[in-house]
Amino acid sequence: MNVRTEQRIAFTVLFACTLLVVMPVLVVLAIIFAKGYTALTPEFLFGMPENGMNAGGILPAILGTLYLVLGAIVFAVPLGVLSAIYLVEYSRDNAISRLIKLAIVNLAGVPSVVYGLFGLGIFVIFLDFGVSILSGSLTLGIMILPVIITASREALESVPRSFRIVSFSLGASRWQTIRHAVLPHALPGILTGTILGLGRAAGETAPILFTVAAFYLPALPASVFDQTMALPYHLYVISTQVPGIREDFRFGTALVLLLLVLLLNLAAIILRTRFRKKKRW
Amino acid sequence: MSTHIAVRDLSIFYNDSCALKNLTLDIQRNEIFSIIGPANSGKSSFLQCLNRLNDLHRGFRKTGSILLDDMDTGAIDVEELRARVGIVFALPFPLPMSIADNITYGPRMHGVRSKARLDEIVEQSLRDAYLWDEVKDRLDSQAMNLSGGQQQRLCIARVLAGKPEVILFDEPTSGLDPISTARVEETMVLLKERFTIVLVTNNVAQAARVGTRTAFFLMGEMVEVDETRIIFTAPSDPRTDEYVTGKFG
Amino acid sequence: MNLRKIREAVIERGIFVSGITSIIIVLLIFVFLLKEGLSIFLSVNPLDFLFGEFWYPISEPPQFGVLPLIIGSLFVTLGAAVISVPIGVASALYIAEIAPPRTKETLKAGIELLAAIPSVVIGFIGMVTLGPWIKELFGLSTGLTALTGSITLAFMAMPTIVSIAEDAVTAVPRQYREAAVAMGATKWQTTWRIVAFAARPGMFAAIMLGIGRVIGETMAVMMVTGNAALIPHSILQPVRTLTATIAAEMGESVQGGEHYAALFAIGIVLFVITFLINGVADWYLHRTTGK
Repeated sequence: MNVRTEQRIAFTVLFACTLLVVMPVLVVLAIIFAKGYTALTPEFLFGMPENGMNAGGILPAILGTLYLVLGAIVFAVPLGVLSAIYLVEYSRDNAISRLIKLAIVNLAGVPSVVYGLFGLGIFVIFLDFGVSILSGSLTLGIMILPVIITASREALESVPRSFRIVSFSLGASRWQTIRHAVLPHALPGILTGTILGLGRAAGETAPILFTVAAFYLPALPASVFDQTMALPYHLYVISTQVPGIREDFRFGTALVLLLLVLLLNLAAIILRTRFRKKKRW
Repeated sequence: MSTHIAVRDLSIFYNDSCALKNLTLDIQRNEIFSIIGPANSGKSSFLQCLNRLNDLHRGFRKTGSILLDDMDTGAIDVEELRARVGIVFALPFPLPMSIADNITYGPRMHGVRSKARLDEIVEQSLRDAYLWDEVKDRLDSQAMNLSGGQQQRLCIARVLAGKPEVILFDEPTSGLDPISTARVEETMVLLKERFTIVLVTNNVAQAARVGTRTAFFLMGEMVEVDETRIIFTAPSDPRTDEYVTGKFG
Repeated sequence: MNLRKIREAVIERGIFVSGITSIIIVLLIFVFLLKEGLSIFLSVNPLDFLFGEFWYPISEPPQFGVLPLIIGSLFVTLGAAVISVPIGVASALYIAEIAPPRTKETLKAGIELLAAIPSVVIGFIGMVTLGPWIKELFGLSTGLTALTGSITLAFMAMPTIVSIAEDAVTAVPRQYREAAVAMGATKWQTTWRIVAFAARPGMFAAIMLGIGRVIGETMAVMMVTGNAALIPHSILQPVRTLTATIAAEMGESVQGGEHYAALFAIGIVLFVITFLINGVADWYLHRTTGK
């Protein structure tokens, strides 16, 4: 076979494969939009569920997810960013710190349902927070902690060493150097990683199954020790556990969840592209 | 003339390899003390020891002592020491911020807050580094946009802003073209009136042009130190003669 | 001046404490899984647990053999790998070597979005579209089978495979390509025989991480595989994976009981499997970037 023809065929096949990877995004979006947009009424978005979830709205689930994500942020972002600073700027580069870094990278790959087990064991039972927003937020926070640490570490490590040396040479202390010569340049990367982590927290179901999620709770939570509904679990419930739920409600719930997660991710992508354009070193 | 920096029996190690052996040396106030020597002669290690920048290096260890105005550098607060003993690196490393912010970085870190005072420091430092006329209209633009020679003079101005007593130059012109090199050298000579300068250079001719005294380092030892004129015309050690006349290195 | 030093000491202490806390959490995950899960081995022999053929946690007496679940996970995972590895590697090559810059950025963003879709949404879509289709196609009584799970999960593994394999391909030094082209190779020959060959370790790592993602996937797999905890004989039968078992049964188990401990023990198995997979992948990744 002619090498040119061979090349043309090969490129076509590769292109087809690439389409096969990207198409599902469009297909999933298209299906969910087509079947779900009719449900997006104010009553659906801001109403309480009624009549065994077959009427009313999904406000408790939307708010529940927001609470959970907020709780995860409050817990995981400071802890994760500070830990990354510790690992990159303070810890010595020895066998132990390498082991810790490896463990943290690998934790990001541990199945989310295992985090759910951990959350159940430590927060719900051992610390006796019960099945509550607090337990669920902490579980999600711990799940995204490795993501935030890894992203922050990469962002910090990508700041050139020369910035630190110059800062020290001008008489700045270690913290001043981190604060003024390193962090500002690592911030966009840290932010991007954090937003991606939050997107993941918002969409996960397994970690909240046994730590917070309520099957059907047509009331808003009053404190962090209450249970709450959450979007991903609600979608799971109405599509597998309760038969006969209206189709537009199922797709509508999926659409709201998808929009929330995609918006977070889009924000991260935009932030990163803008930062790349501005980067000067 | 009085001794500004006294080095006593200084040895420098990285892990177990010795970078500099038993150096004893006096550097006088307001001289340009230049250090020449081939690569790995220990000259840069010595220089970075003077403001304890080596402390950041893993495996670094030293014995002996360095006295700045009769005070052991180990006993001086390290941040204060680094403000008193500034350093200009081989490559200009402007921080990715405006020209003015680069200059005021050191003073801000040491607690200068007043806007008027900071503006004054910017102007004075840039004038002292002979850069003011070229950049006075764009102090808020990115320092990274300056030319290489301008960046290096910006780095000098940045060091001057910290009100140092000693300025270390670590092969400051190795990345510059001849015209920019000449401007940096002129600046150094003028700065000598007010500061003590220690210059490490690969460029033997540069030491001959600007050095008050010159030391020749070879493989971690100081072979010879004397008036620059003598080093270049009648050195006492044949190795110095061979190096300055270009037979090796 | 002194005040500043005190403040900095406080901040640095905070940083140190955070670092230690994260490390402790890593250890705690391990400790809690072991603490809750190991007690099952007081009543069940570890070998019977791993290789027992029957998972009847609530019958009397209960049987805790996870082999059906392991085989269920294996079926789904292998199926997903067979689908996603060739397609993923091919599109990584396309994106890294062939696509023009603008297309490349768009494709990468698209793949990132695919990775971002919550697994419960993918499971939902798989359940309402793919399931009925498979049922129809093969004339089955249910469309929720290992194959349905494999196809669904293949799409969830692809973003991981593509993005990491693409990094590996991009990291191949330019000189390789230039040398091949200088010797008269076509772009395709260069891409396939030189670049893809040189990027093998990274691609291997990408595949491992993709598989790791599939093994750990819970919600989507629970929604589309039919959840029958029996050893399957065909890819067209319903299966139950390790992850789905935990998610489906934890709510009903009695805290501190045998069933509860058995589910934690499954968690330990999953934890170990994913740690091994990630460890191997990490090792391969560092082997490529280390040089």
